[in-house]
Amino acid sequence: MSFEIDIEIARGATYITNDFNSSGGLTALFGPSGVGKTTTLDAVAGLLKPKRGRIVVAGSVLFDSAAGVNLAPEARACGYVFQDGRLFPHRTVRDNLLFGWHVRPRDQRWMGLDEALKFLGIGHLLQRMPRTLSGGEAQRVAIGRALLSGPRFLLMDEPLSSLDQARREEIMVVIERIRDELRLPILYVSHDRAEVERLADQVVSI
Amino acid sequence: MLLSAEEWEVVALSLKVSGIAIFASLPLAFAVAWLLARRHFPGKVLLDALVHLPLVLPPVVTGWLLLLAFGSNGPLGRFFADVFGLTFMFRWTGAAVAAAVMALPLMVRAMRLSLEAVDQRLEGAARTLGAGPWRTFFSITLPLTTPGILAAIVLGLARSLGEFGATITFVSNIPGETRTLPLAIYSALQIPGGETAVTRLAIISVILSLLALVVSELLARRSGYGRGGHVI
Repeated sequence: MSFEIDIEIARGATYITNDFNSSGGLTALFGPSGVGKTTTLDAVAGLLKPKRGRIVVAGSVLFDSAAGVNLAPEARACGYVFQDGRLFPHRTVRDNLLFGWHVRPRDQRWMGLDEALKFLGIGHLLQRMPRTLSGGEAQRVAIGRALLSGPRFLLMDEPLSSLDQARREEIMVVIERIRDELRLPILYVSHDRAEVERLADQVVSI
Repeated sequence: MLLSAEEWEVVALSLKVSGIAIFASLPLAFAVAWLLARRHFPGKVLLDALVHLPLVLPPVVTGWLLLLAFGSNGPLGRFFADVFGLTFMFRWTGAAVAAAVMALPLMVRAMRLSLEAVDQRLEGAARTLGAGPWRTFFSITLPLTTPGILAAIVLGLARSLGEFGATITFVSNIPGETRTLPLAIYSALQIPGGETAVTRLAIISVILSLLALVVSELLARRSGYGRGGHVI
């Protein structure tokens, strides 16, 4: 089991309830906007505390309200690719990419800067500041930053939504390679049916 | 234009008092700004009001309150005398306390605004990348708050260099000890024929204020913020 998620999240007066298991590979959370897909990813990343429930990823318990377990985000080793990139505006692309890489202990890294640059075709952007990047460039840097942080699993929140067609194709190939060669479990949020059909091993509709 | 030795002493004392006041109170001001910007706790409104009090009180009243608190029988005065061997009455250290207290509201305000402008989702991103709370603070929050900190320093220095009422009430007007620029100008005005001295000291005040502005502008540009880095 890669993702075992059974949580209840308070959002205003309503609750978002999620209960699904996935067996590995890429699990797509599929559904219209506003149903709490991003909220679910935030909960898995530890950025948001569910009201109750249990989150287990690749055998590690990240959150368990009954047992009083709630790992800090930095202890979860998740690579979170945000929809809006969320690059650090005061750091160059290079420093953004290496932010998590520097923090992570050496033996937990599994990718180097050169490899990431080649993977994503962003070698020419290294010295740029995030505000000078196009949407697609920024998203590729964000994916590189997440991969370089040596994650045990990836959370991707509509990572293709700001990319042009050619780059979508490139990134999809990258995601497939992460899924198949690196065997990294991925929880992937999308509302694009074609994207989900191509990438997902398992689809969870919410 | 040349200053007399006595006037140089006034300038040096003013810079010492203001500089030490601002840099010593900066961490406290930042902590208060952070609490007000980020935390919800009982008594927050009270803390907010307390910090802003010197802004709205007559400075003479602030000076009198400082006299009560930091005087030799005041609670804070006793504490600092016992623990650090520091006394404030009629000393330049007291002038620095007055300067810091008067500058605090402006400093807290500038840094609070800047902290509130930091996108907290960036801090979340840093956490998911493996950075703990402190590392996130020093590598994300603090650099993004730099313009606000610079603004706080400049506003604080400008405010404290001009501090008069609280200082003269709290630590009096003693040449070489508590007679800062505004107090020296005031004293010179009391003396017949002191107009040229007043002019010289006033010009020095203007120059110092302009220098503070220019330096802050340069610092802000250097810190890498593209929009020209206007700090005030």
